[in-house]
Amino acid sequence: MAIFLQTLVAGLLKGGLYALIGIGMTLIMGVMGIINLAHGQMMMLAMYITFVLSSMGVDPYFSLLVAMPALFLLGVLIQKYLLNPLIKVETILPENQVLMTVGIGMVLTELARFVFKSDYKYVTTSYSSSTFFLGGISFNVPLTIAFVIALVFTAAMFGFLIKTDLGRSIRATAQDKDAATLMGINTARITAVTMGLGAALVAAAGCLLAPVYYIFPDIGGPFTAKAFVITILGGLGSTVGAILGGITLGMAESLGATYLGMEYEDVVGLAIFVAVLLFLPGGFKRLTKI
Amino acid sequence: MKKTPITAIVVLAALALLPLAVRDNYFLHLLILFLMWVVIGSSWNIFAGYTGQVSFGHAAFFGTGAYTAGMFVQHAGISAWWGMAFGGLAAMLLGLPFGAICFPLRGAYFALASLALNLILMHLATIAERFTGGMQGIMIMPTFVSKVPYYYIALGMAAVTVVAIQVIVRSKWGYYFVSIREDQDAAESLGINTNAYKNVSLGVSTFFTGTAGALYMNYMGFIDPHVVFSLHDYSVMAILVAIVGGVGTIYGPAVGAFIMVGLQELFRSGFFGLFKYLGDRTGSEAFTQAMEVVQHAHVLVFGILVVAVILFLPNGIVGDWGKIRKGVSRPKSAA
Repeated sequence: MAIFLQTLVAGLLKGGLYALIGIGMTLIMGVMGIINLAHGQMMMLAMYITFVLSSMGVDPYFSLLVAMPALFLLGVLIQKYLLNPLIKVETILPENQVLMTVGIGMVLTELARFVFKSDYKYVTTSYSSSTFFLGGISFNVPLTIAFVIALVFTAAMFGFLIKTDLGRSIRATAQDKDAATLMGINTARITAVTMGLGAALVAAAGCLLAPVYYIFPDIGGPFTAKAFVITILGGLGSTVGAILGGITLGMAESLGATYLGMEYEDVVGLAIFVAVLLFLPGGFKRLTKI
Repeated sequence: MKKTPITAIVVLAALALLPLAVRDNYFLHLLILFLMWVVIGSSWNIFAGYTGQVSFGHAAFFGTGAYTAGMFVQHAGISAWWGMAFGGLAAMLLGLPFGAICFPLRGAYFALASLALNLILMHLATIAERFTGGMQGIMIMPTFVSKVPYYYIALGMAAVTVVAIQVIVRSKWGYYFVSIREDQDAAESLGINTNAYKNVSLGVSTFFTGTAGALYMNYMGFIDPHVVFSLHDYSVMAILVAIVGGVGTIYGPAVGAFIMVGLQELFRSGFFGLFKYLGDRTGSEAFTQAMEVVQHAHVLVFGILVVAVILFLPNGIVGDWGKIRKGVSRPKSAA
């Protein structure tokens, strides 16, 4: 029983970070209708920013203040100069934007390899491996902090989408782009802002993950895969869905790792992904309706 | 475009005679890789370019073909060449149920499902150690020492694939495929069984991809899960080959394969040894360093190439050939 609870807690903490990754992805998917296959690569970039700053003595949590604006800017630029121009182009495959994100992801990964080489980097802090106990269950300190910050960001994002004008414009664009344009919303600007926000959120996840994980250029791919699993689990464009999806994936992975063996960790996530596609198309959004 | 068959025959004849002139193993190796990519790119293209079902997981079928060939040796003790026949069938056996299950998914969702299939197979091949050899992979002895037999086998395979796909695309099936790509609902309402024809397209595509995988096993003599199920080296590369050459064109993937294999090797070898030569001649350290940079840059160049091709030649080199010619013959008069 203790092992089971411990596994659930570990999964929950990891799930908080996954939720943060998933919300960025689901925003982009909902508004632009495309999968951003460079999502994990953006996180990788944020992790390297954290690494560079921490080697200069800056705490990973302060590097959030640098990495998030930087990635926001990168997202806006990518959307404005690389993805938006594609909408007008007449092509055979409608997935051109998705293929473009693949190309962007490759460029980002290789640039990172160029600068930092392929070897693993660590952001070591005094609290990287410290834990505290609550009722006999151990909590990893950085993961717990990450979980709390992730919750704060998620709540802030939720409030932003519901309450502010910009948030409403984003939701309107997601629901019906043409109608939003007719209502006087500058959808080109909204898509750029959305991409920026998605990138900033995943950057936050990267900074929070940096103290407990290792960093290497190819880390982006697996996290892009996780991001779309979460998004599909949660349902397109659904913020609540992304939170539920992230926590589900985190718990499933850690249950799989405990009871099936470490090597099944990734398989479990993918199996859930396929099952959701088949049996609950639309994801948790169908259950939560938000 | 009426001249295309003649051009194709000339190119084929030139390729068939090439080993008489080129004895260099290195160039034969490159040509074999090029021909293998013609097969994979064309296979991806019939399913994605003509039928509109973008797959991010063709490595799953490639790897299945390769593993089928390898396991014939490992478990049955018979020649890996049997894999050339059964590798394609095994890939089809994987592809058809996958298609039957996942075809209700559309567009990006289907692409994601195929990506998941790719990743699942890679993990399974790693986990099922007793069956697949796990991370240690499968190693077999190559049948021929010379590269020439492999070259002709690859050439035959590429020719058969391109001709078969051309025949299919120009038949009634081809029109069904394109109608599904253009508007699935309209095709359905005209009485086309879209799921069935998507499966036909997937079947053809997976068969040839699996065969290419079996050839890879025979030729390279070594596979492991991270080599043949590699997302970047096969699934994404197959997409690149097709979009650089031209999605939805017969010869596009062949052109794309030529460019991609050429580019990859150009960078991997440091402009075919140019930097090394210059470095040796001048004795300067700078060239040696430049070579190292160039050797590591090939994936970066791929990425930039993808971005550039999608932005400027969205239908690929063959698809936008008219546009390229216009741009060359009267520059600046446009706009």
